[in-house]
Amino acid sequence: MSTQEAKHTPLEYQTTHGQMNILGFWIFLAAEVVLFSTLFATYAVLFGRTADSPLPSELFGAEIVLIMTFLLLTSSFTCGIAIHNMRQGQVKPLIIWMVITLLLGLGFLGFEIYEFMHYTHEGATLQSSAFWSSFYVLAGTHGLHVTLGIGWATLLIIQIVKRGLTPVTSQKVFIISLYWHFLDVIWIFIFTAVYLIGMVV
Amino acid sequence: MASSTKRIPTQHIIGYVLSIVLTLVAAWVALKSNLPTLWIIVGILLLAVIQAGIQLIMFMHMVEFESNNGHIPWNMMFHGFVAAAIVVAGSLFTMVYGF
Repeated sequence: MSTQEAKHTPLEYQTTHGQMNILGFWIFLAAEVVLFSTLFATYAVLFGRTADSPLPSELFGAEIVLIMTFLLLTSSFTCGIAIHNMRQGQVKPLIIWMVITLLLGLGFLGFEIYEFMHYTHEGATLQSSAFWSSFYVLAGTHGLHVTLGIGWATLLIIQIVKRGLTPVTSQKVFIISLYWHFLDVIWIFIFTAVYLIGMVV
Repeated sequence: MASSTKRIPTQHIIGYVLSIVLTLVAAWVALKSNLPTLWIIVGILLLAVIQAGIQLIMFMHMVEFESNNGHIPWNMMFHGFVAAAIVVAGSLFTMVYGF
């Protein structure tokens, strides 16, 4: 590593503690991949076992799912912009972009809740069939992660406002950005494997 | 690293545009094209994998210098996804095809 590169090492990587925390978070993300894989496997195995409840192709709507996907994709992008600003040491743009990210995340959650309520009214509930149970558990676990992420990021924004950018706070913000992008990765697979395939088959 | 000092986050913008395009292509293939169902399923799953790769590399800084050029994140994600593929494919193999 040349001195030029040492000078540009982002704050979050400057302490061994920060590096270890980021490493640990990647291990957590790998475990999350496996957690979601069990839910995807359950969904795939139970696909079509709808008993007397409506078929997924009758309920899934392309518009709402595309809106949710674009909300989450855009929030992932704005979160990336926030980290870009953080690495330039700009606190205010960082906070603004993080708030936009959270608003988009809240929009996503709102649409997901609306969608679940709509399905419930149409007679597809958690109890109505094996297929719908696995659907709600898979999509719901992702929604729960988004909810947790919003709460977590809100607390971090407060911390940034109070303490500014230090190696500790920037490492925490970097980690939540990894978490947020990761939720988008999981959603891409839900969008494809659940909604698109559900509408095709 | 050069990319962290740039004023305009080119990499993020490219990643964002690519993921929007890939999402629209996947939706079009699934809903509007007349391909056989099996081809559609294989095609859109492939598009999803590409899009996940874009998220990991363009947004999650997977290959930057500070994380040992992505050595550790790459290891974690690779083995996580391999385990995930085995769980999903193995479950389908045993439960659906009756072995």
